[in-house]
Amino acid sequence: MKKTQSYNELLPHLFRQEYAKMTAVLCRHFGLKHIEIAEDIASDTFLKASEYWALNGIPENPTAWLYTVAKNKTRDYFKHLSVVETKIKNDIKQDNFRQDNDFELNEQIISDSQLAMIFAVCNPANNSESQIALALQILCGFSVDEIAHAFLAKTETIKKRLQRARNNLRNDNFQIKTLTRSEIQSRQETALHTLYLLFNEGYFSQSNNQFIRKELCSEAVRLNFALTENPLTNTPQANALLALMCFQSSRIEARTNEKGEAILFNQQDKNRWDKSLIEKGSYFLINATNGNEISKYHLEAGIAYWHTTDQKDKWKNILQLYNQLILIEYSPITALNRTFAFSKVYGHEKAILEAGKLHLIENNYYHELLGYLYTESNTSKAIEHYEKSIKLTKSETEKLTIQKEIERLKIKKGR
Amino acid sequence: MKEFALIFRLKDISDFKPSPGQMQERMNWLGSIAAQNKIADKGNTLLPIPGSAKTVKPNNVVTDGPYTEIKEFISGYVVVKAENIDEAVEIAKANPIFEQVGGSIEVREVLKRD
Repeated sequence: MKKTQSYNELLPHLFRQEYAKMTAVLCRHFGLKHIEIAEDIASDTFLKASEYWALNGIPENPTAWLYTVAKNKTRDYFKHLSVVETKIKNDIKQDNFRQDNDFELNEQIISDSQLAMIFAVCNPANNSESQIALALQILCGFSVDEIAHAFLAKTETIKKRLQRARNNLRNDNFQIKTLTRSEIQSRQETALHTLYLLFNEGYFSQSNNQFIRKELCSEAVRLNFALTENPLTNTPQANALLALMCFQSSRIEARTNEKGEAILFNQQDKNRWDKSLIEKGSYFLINATNGNEISKYHLEAGIAYWHTTDQKDKWKNILQLYNQLILIEYSPITALNRTFAFSKVYGHEKAILEAGKLHLIENNYYHELLGYLYTESNTSKAIEHYEKSIKLTKSETEKLTIQKEIERLKIKKGR
Repeated sequence: MKEFALIFRLKDISDFKPSPGQMQERMNWLGSIAAQNKIADKGNTLLPIPGSAKTVKPNNVVTDGPYTEIKEFISGYVVVKAENIDEAVEIAKANPIFEQVGGSIEVREVLKRD
């Protein structure tokens, strides 16, 4: 037994890692319809761990300890059921629910259950906001408060959103078992999209809570990695998305200073970029080329790759990738990023003309881009656009960053 | 919003293979329209080479081509979204092929079959 004091640090970490997996394994046993029972047993298990470990220290193999307790609790649960004839038992019987009171447990089952749970949560019946919230709760073990914090939403709103999403989940006939090829084909795209959004929620979130933001990103990476580990879900797209996440994650530490303020790409200290993540990104990007299809994840991963380099044709290549990306899927942010790349290749003057065609005057990033493009040629216009951008953005961090730039320009202008 | 087909015509078969630099400019033009959310269909290139182009005429007459060096031939198309034909014409005017090799772009409003 290790020292008692470290259990406070270990448990939250273990909770995140194991709670979701345990729920998935238990759901394989109980069926998705009774996901609450699975969650109750998983929660009880962790509660017991927190009490027992505080007194007796952490066991040699905490994970095995947790599963033994979960197994016993499941057995107790069924004992209880067989004694008391309850409505729920009849319900469960009708669902052809497995009657053996014990469950098998090995690495394969844990990983299969987790994978199936990803696909269960990525239910097209739910909109993408609900899917992310559900993914955070069921796949990542986030509390309702933490989810509300990440979304900058009220706890009540998130509660209601989760309730609706769970109803849809329960009514779905999805089975938590080894996935079939057809189930994967019909949901892989939604699954990847949810992970993509989950990652972006962390990476671009307006929340200032750095801890939660990093957690969101690393959870998305963990789940995406699980997809590439299984031959059935290890598709070029899954690899491309994982490559994108690795490239982006490599810059997480360099993006903020000690005060939590954003550091723009140009001003980042490249020594703080995580080289090993860049290498991993390149590895998955190479894996992603096993096929003919070029998805938006391929293009975005390509763009993120070029950002990590310093080669001569960097911005030309980035612009061409943005041209392709925007042809696949229009979004205002892609249009603006494309224009930024355009300015790097053809200069600010031509880029201002390109930006003018975008019709995005209600978008704060549009004004931020124009502020940047006018900085050298017309300080007053630059300030004007930055001020509009401040009015339109909701993010306090962004307001601060832009305000600093305005102050700098005003001093420059005064000279 | 209406839709307009922009039909590209080139003068000479030797203009068909653009250099990488020319290709980049053409993609920039297309990307610029897409960035304004005005692409209805990104269209395709129509190959004018032997084995890829034939013309069918009455009485089962089939000829090779057109991939002629005498008259203009269609090399591709895109469909854009625009308020009116003038806007579509402005989009077409910005196409780099005029500076690169010449040719012409026919702008035609799309009347959808229901």
